[in-house]
Amino acid sequence: MQVLIPSALRSYTEHGTVEARGETLAAVLADLEQRYPGIRFRMLDEQQQIRPHIRFFFAGEQLRDLTQALHADGELIIVQALSGG
Amino acid sequence: MADNTQVRHANGRRAGAADPQQLVLLVATRKGAWLYHGDAARENWRVDGPHFLGHIISHLVLDPRDGRTLLAAAKTGHLGPTLFRSTDLGRSWSEASRPPAFAAASEGSSGEASLPGRTVDHTFWLTPGHSDQPGVWYAGTSPQGLFRSDDGGVNWAPFSCINDDPQYRQWMGGVQDGTPDGPKLHSIIVDPRDSDHLYLAMSGGGVHETVDGGRSFKPLLDQLDVVEGFDRANPGFHDPHCVRLCPSNPDRLYQQNHCGIYRLDRPSEKWLNIGKSMPAEVGDIGFPMVVHPRDADIAWVFPMDGTSVWPRTSPDGKPAVYATRDGGQSWQRRDSGLPDSQAWWTVKRQAMSADGLEPVGLYFGTTSGELWMSRDEGRHWQCIARHLPEIYAVEAALLA
Repeated sequence: MQVLIPSALRSYTEHGTVEARGETLAAVLADLEQRYPGIRFRMLDEQQQIRPHIRFFFAGEQLRDLTQALHADGELIIVQALSGG
Repeated sequence: MADNTQVRHANGRRAGAADPQQLVLLVATRKGAWLYHGDAARENWRVDGPHFLGHIISHLVLDPRDGRTLLAAAKTGHLGPTLFRSTDLGRSWSEASRPPAFAAASEGSSGEASLPGRTVDHTFWLTPGHSDQPGVWYAGTSPQGLFRSDDGGVNWAPFSCINDDPQYRQWMGGVQDGTPDGPKLHSIIVDPRDSDHLYLAMSGGGVHETVDGGRSFKPLLDQLDVVEGFDRANPGFHDPHCVRLCPSNPDRLYQQNHCGIYRLDRPSEKWLNIGKSMPAEVGDIGFPMVVHPRDADIAWVFPMDGTSVWPRTSPDGKPAVYATRDGGQSWQRRDSGLPDSQAWWTVKRQAMSADGLEPVGLYFGTTSGELWMSRDEGRHWQCIARHLPEIYAVEAALLA
């Protein structure tokens, strides 16, 4: 599937859109980690929780569960939530 | 200003003339990192940066064992924490393969209690390991955690018992028990005579020591004050801001605490309150503590306003370094060149350091983004950079 990468993570991917495989959000993130080492820990913490300012969207819906099923012809959008200062 | 090129002492590297070791100031800020390369006389500074613009850099440290490797503790507002490593003085950086991260929800060391899992918010403190252990680094995190790398900072793992020891977890408390930026483990000190002998400090949580390479730790808190009304026997109520070991006498420690300034001469375990001799109108509260590289009787602090609601600014808007030359029996104000009024900044615990040259150069970075230096052990000060982001750490280091 296509994955849209936010600017804050393009130091890993070098591109705003990349390809990844997996039948769940967890599997897609694991595949991204294989391709771009280090990227997963910037989005998920060591307790396997989505970090506070990271959001995942698929088919117009926000994903809150890593086990949520995804299909290969969709597009995963990774968003950095508005925050900072 | 003294002409440093004419000065040479037996124990210190001469400042000036053709010194093959170049001085660099490693400046970590809320919005990135900068390197300031000094010339031999410490007169002119070449700026290199920003590195990691927009990243929160809590600490940037040069490995004194090779004089080339840099480690940077980083995170951004959106992403999780990580560490970056450079072996070419910042021309290129590579990310740690396995940054500090706590174990998943774990059993206590005694097995009877399940402890909630924790998440590293950021790595706050970096300490190179013993000179006999060239690949070893230690890291302290927020919330309080101790980590170690054995491969120069590429892979990190929880170190020692304390991260998941039920007693230590109780002393660490929760987020509300820590500093405004989160509870922190800091001041990781390796005894230069013994790689198994470490000190560390936690805000909150107190000062602790291991003599067996981290297999066990014990509190080192005797005679330290806590906020009035709290039990000083409970390490959780102790808030050491910065602890330093004297390189010229590793049995001597100095500490800037939330409740005063202290000295400890081992093997004693009783801290001596040396802040009582500070002027009452200035007080004995601050963040950084700096020790002289060759004279254990000399140390410096940077007082801040710790009254009422704790403004954490220079007392009365008049910043000053205070120096002791007698182990804390007396203190002298060192403010020549600093603003004499309406300067409402302060200096954080990692943002003041000394170089190893002769005479000793002192450096500090302010919460208002100014970088200041003294070539004469604090007697005269000058600003060498303005308009930086809030400065979190300043390390003076000598390149190989």
